[in-house]
Amino acid sequence: MSDRLAVRKTYKLYVGGAFPRSESGRSYEIQSADGEFLANASRASRKDARDAVVAARRSFAGWSGRTAYNRAQILYRVAEMLEGRAAQFAEEVRQSEGLSRAKCAAAVGAAVDRWVWYAGWADKVSQIAGAANPVAGPYFNFSVPEPTGVVAIMAPQASSLLGLVSVVAPVIVTGNTAVVVTSEQRPLPAISLGEVLATSDLPGGVVNLLTGHTSELAPVLASHMDVNAIDLTGVESDRRTPLEEAAAENVKRVLPAPPDEPDWSADPGTRRLLAPLEIKTVWHPVGV
Amino acid sequence: MTTASAQRELLASDAALSRFLRGLPGVDQVGAEARAAALATRSIKRDAKLWALDRAIRMTDLTTLEGADTPGKVRALCAKAVRPDPTDDTVPPAAAVCVYPDMVAVAVEHTRGTPVQVASVATAFPSGRASLDVKLADTKDAVAAGADEIDMVIDRGAFLAGRYSAVADEIVATKQACGDAHLKVILETGELATLDNVRRASWLAILAGADFIKTSTGKIAPASTRPVVLVMLEAVRDAEEIIERKVGVKAAGGIRDAKDAIRYLVLVHEIAGPAWLTPELFRFGASSLLNDLLMQRDKQRTGAYAGPDYYTID
Repeated sequence: MSDRLAVRKTYKLYVGGAFPRSESGRSYEIQSADGEFLANASRASRKDARDAVVAARRSFAGWSGRTAYNRAQILYRVAEMLEGRAAQFAEEVRQSEGLSRAKCAAAVGAAVDRWVWYAGWADKVSQIAGAANPVAGPYFNFSVPEPTGVVAIMAPQASSLLGLVSVVAPVIVTGNTAVVVTSEQRPLPAISLGEVLATSDLPGGVVNLLTGHTSELAPVLASHMDVNAIDLTGVESDRRTPLEEAAAENVKRVLPAPPDEPDWSADPGTRRLLAPLEIKTVWHPVGV
Repeated sequence: MTTASAQRELLASDAALSRFLRGLPGVDQVGAEARAAALATRSIKRDAKLWALDRAIRMTDLTTLEGADTPGKVRALCAKAVRPDPTDDTVPPAAAVCVYPDMVAVAVEHTRGTPVQVASVATAFPSGRASLDVKLADTKDAVAAGADEIDMVIDRGAFLAGRYSAVADEIVATKQACGDAHLKVILETGELATLDNVRRASWLAILAGADFIKTSTGKIAPASTRPVVLVMLEAVRDAEEIIERKVGVKAAGGIRDAKDAIRYLVLVHEIAGPAWLTPELFRFGASSLLNDLLMQRDKQRTGAYAGPDYYTID
């Protein structure tokens, strides 16, 4: 018997529940932390970003209309799938970030735990962000948090899996849909995460993953009139101002991003969870 | 056959008409689909795209054909046709509004003094299953209410049964009932099964006096497809030599985005010729298309992708 031919993986985008190549046909080289060639990843174009926004918008009504309980179940399912492929993710994180095996395994474990933690928030977020307000009249007055819509996320550049999970999970758990531009030089764990999402009952289009140059895709998403919020975590802090100005055109919510990439293993708190929410207040007459 | 008298002769005899229509060369279906697909790959950018978008807006018959139509909805549709984008007066008006006959009066009232025409479907739209008297009364009713254009449906049952003269006679009678109003003949190509039938029905409608031939009612899937429109454009192009006038084509149903509309315009330019690239000879029957055209237009102007939140819903 001769040796088997190598079966190499084609790294593609994840848009609308499918794995297309970039419409532009472009790709770019991905190198490991020590400079070795790893793979060719698709280099998404502005039209891929546009298609991703369309997919995210289309799935928004269905996803935000699901019960919080159901969203929690699906996010927990994502964690289950991730756990089952922990070894693969640990290897990809190791290639991308160049950390020791033990540290990579710890990062993958933390990423799984992060999904589970955020999954639990699905039906609890209205308790901390909502209220029954006391008013001077015969009315019930309720404030309830609602998802803002399509959120564009510039994922962290350094932490390829834990950082990614930490910015995506809090956005979608409340019913938003996301267009994510992955880490430019470390996108491989993100693409594999797409495979996990595609097999976790998460409806297609809720999370869309674009690999490519952040500097090319961020302005398109920041100025896109059908994007409701943008997270600039993965953009260097001195390059954020023009993007924030473009976002102001349709009063996009610009999620607060730390100037430098934080330590993702720290307790995340509820800041990222509460940022892409809108508060709706309802007055209702008592006794009717 | 080059004269009007020969045309009359064809219409007078069932046998002659059948012989002529069955004698038309068959359509190479694979070839037609390949040609339509090849033309769809043309890249239309920047200035050409802006021109095409504006032209497509001017060619749109803004349509509402629902059982739930109200005078209010027709009024809103008319306002949108007259001024598609209230914030931008450089956007040209649509070609027409297309409504059911009982809504024609409302549409006429709200498009008076504007270039927007009022089109009405008639002849027991969409099925066409009524007696000729009823169909003619339907047509006269719409014309009396002030319709500038009548969209009639052919009797597909008679056509598929091979009774071509019966179909032609109905078109001739409806054309008479129209008076000055333009007549668009809906072939409902989704029910004609083959491209050969589309070619025959196109010629039949052209010979019987149609001003426009139209693909579909929008109530049957598939509605307008590019190979079908290609065959119809060939028919109007080839017929011009014989009947010595240009017949228009209207693609209706299923055209929802600007990209698709521009592909149709390429088809019109390449098959029928640039003379057909006017609202007098090519139309889109659509409702949601207009917003996408406006969004793409704004994308070209501002450089930022537009969102549906900033455009009126019909």
